[in-house]
Amino acid sequence: MKMIQGVQIDLISADRLERLTSLEKVRLILEKVMEGNVVVLEKGLSADEQSLLIETTMREITPDGFAGIEMETYSGGSSESHKGGGLFGGIFGKKESPGRLTVIGPANQMKTLKKDKDLISAWVSSR
Amino acid sequence: MSFLVRTKQKFSRLFKGLFKKKQMRIGIYGPPNAGKTTLSNRIVRDWTGDAVGPVSEIPHETRRARRKEGVTISDEGGNSVTIDIVDTPGVTTKIDYKEFLEYGIDSDEAVVRAREATEGVAEAMHWLREDIDGVIYMLDSTQDPFVQVNIMLIGIIESRELPVIIVANKTDLPDASPSRIKSAFPQHPVISISGLEGTNVEELYEKMIEYFG
Repeated sequence: MKMIQGVQIDLISADRLERLTSLEKVRLILEKVMEGNVVVLEKGLSADEQSLLIETTMREITPDGFAGIEMETYSGGSSESHKGGGLFGGIFGKKESPGRLTVIGPANQMKTLKKDKDLISAWVSSR
Repeated sequence: MSFLVRTKQKFSRLFKGLFKKKQMRIGIYGPPNAGKTTLSNRIVRDWTGDAVGPVSEIPHETRRARRKEGVTISDEGGNSVTIDIVDTPGVTTKIDYKEFLEYGIDSDEAVVRAREATEGVAEAMHWLREDIDGVIYMLDSTQDPFVQVNIMLIGIIESRELPVIIVANKTDLPDASPSRIKSAFPQHPVISISGLEGTNVEELYEKMIEYFG
């Protein structure tokens, strides 16, 4: 079978993300990105999940192997808009922003060319 | 020593332990080469006469979080705050050991540096989730503040409701633009300084007393 040169793009639905725990999301993203795929999340990660993603990414970096990630997302608005969660959010300290569409790719293949408030342009090279 | 005196001392220690206000642990965060260690050294030198760690132009010179405990900052009005300063490695989402080769570091040492840097960033992220009570977020005011890692880090700090002061550093450089940082993060106080020359650090100290006190 003839090999197709290119980059695989995985678009993960909000439904699927909602069924996963934070750790499962981070593992799913990193497994795909470490294979050289670009991952597009329909719904972004919470602040804690982003922090966990950076931490786990750092633990996976190897010389001449995985060099980390590039990530772009649309901002969730002003800090006040992050402070949702209503009464119970206030009581239980849940102030997580749901996050918006997010693109994550391998750092050595993906370069963000342009990011506006409503447009992210990325350039991805094959391995 | 009588039983009574020993018992009194024991209770005194117990009560001090119970009611002593926990010293705030202030993390200095930001991207690599923003001047975090230069500022940490200045704060610690100004208020204790000591230093935190070495600085260099090579990114990721700080690869382990370094802590200086019990730094008391005070103003002329008699207000003061005692904090632990934590200087952290520059936060990034990627580290390639080949970047260090450009600074004349040999390959083996570059690999070691890269590994230490990755461990340091992971540790810094973990600290931010678990052990930090307030943040000084350092930015190089000659650089674009609207990069994903800054937006992400500020978002993480906001979600944890930590008090944060943003520092627009390197105002001594000709292309510094602190106003760009102020417009990027209007929801937080932004103090413009030159950590290297010490310009305007007094304003930062006053803000630290106000925010972390």
